[in-house]
Amino acid sequence: MIDREAHESETIRLTINDVVQEFEIGGRAYQVSPYETLAETLRETLGLKGTKTGCNQGACGSCTVLMDGIPVLACMLLTIECDGKAITTIEGLQNQATGQLDEVQQAFVDHSAFQCGFCTPGLIMASKALLSINPSPTEAEIKEALSGHYCRCISHYHVVEALLSLAGKSGK
Amino acid sequence: MKFQKEYRYIGKAFPRKDAVGIVTGKAQYIDDLELPRMLHGKVLRSPYPHARIKQIDTASAEKSRGVKAVLTHKNVPRWMTGTPRHVRVLDEKVRFVGDAVALVAAETEAQARDALALIEVTYEALPAVYDVEDALKADAPQLYDDFPGNLLPLDVAVFGPNTLSAIELGDVEKGFADSDFISEGTFSYENIPNPLPIESPGVIAEWSEPNHLTVWSATQCVYWHRHMMLPRMGFPDIRTIGTHCGGSFGSKNYSTQPMLYAAALARATGRPVKVCFSKAEHFGAFVLRLGSRFRGRVGLKKDGSVQAVSGEWLVNTGAFSDQTQAQIAVGLGEAQLMLRCSNWDLQAKLVCTNRCPSGMVRGFGGQELESALLPVFEDAMARGDIDPVEFFKKNFVKPGEGYYWREGNWWISKGKDYSEAIESGAQAFGWAEKWKGWHKPTAVNENKRIGVGVSVHGNADVGESFSEAYIRLNPDATATIHACVAESGTGQRSNLCKMVAETLQIHPDKVSITPPDSLMNPFDFGLVGSRGTYAVASAVISAADDAKEKLFEMAAPILKTTPDDLDSKDGFVFVKRDPDKGMPWRKALGLMQTCTGFGRFEPDYSKPNFLILFAEVEVDTETGKLDLLRVVTATDVGQIIDPPSLEGQLHGAIGAAGIDTAIFEESLIDKNSGHMLNMNMMDYKWRSFPELPRFENRILETSIQTHRYKAIGVGEISTSPGPSAVLMAASNALGTRLKGYPLTPDKILEAIGKISGGRS
Repeated sequence: MIDREAHESETIRLTINDVVQEFEIGGRAYQVSPYETLAETLRETLGLKGTKTGCNQGACGSCTVLMDGIPVLACMLLTIECDGKAITTIEGLQNQATGQLDEVQQAFVDHSAFQCGFCTPGLIMASKALLSINPSPTEAEIKEALSGHYCRCISHYHVVEALLSLAGKSGK
Repeated sequence: MKFQKEYRYIGKAFPRKDAVGIVTGKAQYIDDLELPRMLHGKVLRSPYPHARIKQIDTASAEKSRGVKAVLTHKNVPRWMTGTPRHVRVLDEKVRFVGDAVALVAAETEAQARDALALIEVTYEALPAVYDVEDALKADAPQLYDDFPGNLLPLDVAVFGPNTLSAIELGDVEKGFADSDFISEGTFSYENIPNPLPIESPGVIAEWSEPNHLTVWSATQCVYWHRHMMLPRMGFPDIRTIGTHCGGSFGSKNYSTQPMLYAAALARATGRPVKVCFSKAEHFGAFVLRLGSRFRGRVGLKKDGSVQAVSGEWLVNTGAFSDQTQAQIAVGLGEAQLMLRCSNWDLQAKLVCTNRCPSGMVRGFGGQELESALLPVFEDAMARGDIDPVEFFKKNFVKPGEGYYWREGNWWISKGKDYSEAIESGAQAFGWAEKWKGWHKPTAVNENKRIGVGVSVHGNADVGESFSEAYIRLNPDATATIHACVAESGTGQRSNLCKMVAETLQIHPDKVSITPPDSLMNPFDFGLVGSRGTYAVASAVISAADDAKEKLFEMAAPILKTTPDDLDSKDGFVFVKRDPDKGMPWRKALGLMQTCTGFGRFEPDYSKPNFLILFAEVEVDTETGKLDLLRVVTATDVGQIIDPPSLEGQLHGAIGAAGIDTAIFEESLIDKNSGHMLNMNMMDYKWRSFPELPRFENRILETSIQTHRYKAIGVGEISTSPGPSAVLMAASNALGTRLKGYPLTPDKILEAIGKISGGRS
């Protein structure tokens, strides 16, 4: 018997790091189930392991990615909710052709703005979003923008320094 | 302050070797790793704090989709862990809410999770006990048949036959007789906070031959999964490989339970199995700080010198002890470093209770003892009007003075006199202006009261245990370090490359370090106790010297001189008195050949490190809220290897169950049900960016006789002085002695008489 659902399964389209990805919704292998989170799709289906799942409870900020330029928690979004959206992950920042790091990534390198580095992709994505709407943030604005990000090693001071070094440098 | 020669690389900031990997998301952590045919393991956990499993039915779970194995206490391997060996992989008795009952391996994580729900368990609930002194009562529920009275033995030789379990020295009665001020009391540091690295623990295990186990894990001591686990698992051949570690703070020195679960499921299925704990499991079934209660008496002279310390240190380890006896030994050692005293009678007791186990956390027993012991000194210091900065300056162990260290030997400090660091920190903080005397606020502005506090910590484990390393010199004028060193955030892998670069006089870019893998590297005890900078570095520096000597032996005949006459810079071997005469490494080695040096470090407990931490707090007497305004730390590290990584380690005072355990961090256990009430990252409080205090580090560099670069590590201890310093600061702000951690608004309002009946 032909499974009607399998034939007419719904397809969603996400643009992930400038590449259009189509997913069939469903419960079979290679399909995205209706309860799959964006973090799971990114990490497990697409192998984009740079997005880290820290708490998987929407509380630590580690899984932050950009959706149409806005920072969102990938562990709190269902992939089916992201139909038609453009997602940028940490893998999407570096210039793939030249290998050049994004300015935020470079600033994190230059200021050793990490220790264990697990929370770093999330912090970089949130920083990227901040600088895109506010190219010259004050220290207080930086701290506010990153207030949802947990870093147990305490790289905070170096992160703030890294972002202050970028403030006003570019209008990107 | 700098009294040392300038180096080419040491002391200068270089990007970490893994920096680009981290900022691009390519750095590989344990949950990023997938092996072909890998299964996922999940754990069924007990809803009861204490119960016997009467019956367990796994039939439906075994038939569930994707399931490859279900293990219970009936069919799990009989491996034993704990100190002494008292912890089974799965037992027929559960001893805390969250204790493991059954294990499932399935094709996907979701399938494994679904199958857990199909396991039917009948429990016989038993009474439970949580308080350390309740557990010692005659009628208390008993956790183990082998440990009557819930007392775990201390004579277990974790550090040899004389492992410290008490400090007995001099004559305490005489000490008290000589004292001008005596105070007595009980103080607890029992918030059992979670060090809570952002990455939950995880292990992948695979059996490739009948008795050959490979484990991949996020850990800070890669070899522990081999040398610590071999005897516990019946001596299989274990190869251990470290991934990037998303924070550890001692808790992931190794991951005993996840490793055993993964290994048991891998053996049952013949496939690799990954066990990564969820955040809830990380909160409720991994590692908390020790519960610590001190009851006793201390005596001081007018000049602030400690005359006597006597009493009992009650250590609550929760449901079992993994290495708690070792933490007790180190804690007792560290207490003597900060409180030099000729008369001691301090006895430890190790008690088990029905809650998530305590275990290894940054501070390793020392922070727990200090945070309970120092507050008892407050009364005596207050009555004697003794300035705590002077107190610590007088009493921190100085060169030539002695202490019992963890293995029970008497060591004479060959370290530093840290008085200058203390003065430098006091000056940076403005202690002289801010300190108004005991229980006096620095400033009062209506309902806002400001107070200051200070504390110190030191550790002689910087020279702990053994390290071995090879250095391979390559013909392209690069060097490869073979050392089993993890990257858990300290940057030590890069710093070792830098020290080898300096030794060989080649750029740090030309030095690399092998992945942390026990198969390709000799033994290293791991990055604990701040031992990387002294112990591990000593091994790699000697290995570099050894390799260089071999290179010179090969070059000497060609250059018609003796090896002693040679030196090397930027990959060019030359005659010292005629630097133009020489050859590149490849000429000496041959175009494809290499040469290898070996280095080894043996334990040295004679050089304690040191940190003083000053805290300024503001307490709101209307709301009871305590704000941490400012932190100043000061230390002397001999020689800074890498400025940003050292700063980062000191900033770590705020993280990892450190200073905030005095303010809001705690694991809350409901005493009726045994359930943890705040096992998620919303209810377990943590400091966010906007709440950062001003933070300043004063780091002196007066050389210390360790290795060539005269440096000593200090990272581990940055969390340790914080809690007692903040407690002191808050007591001073409010003008009253505060009685317990953490200083949540209810405790503060109760202390100042605004409310009654706060949490006891």
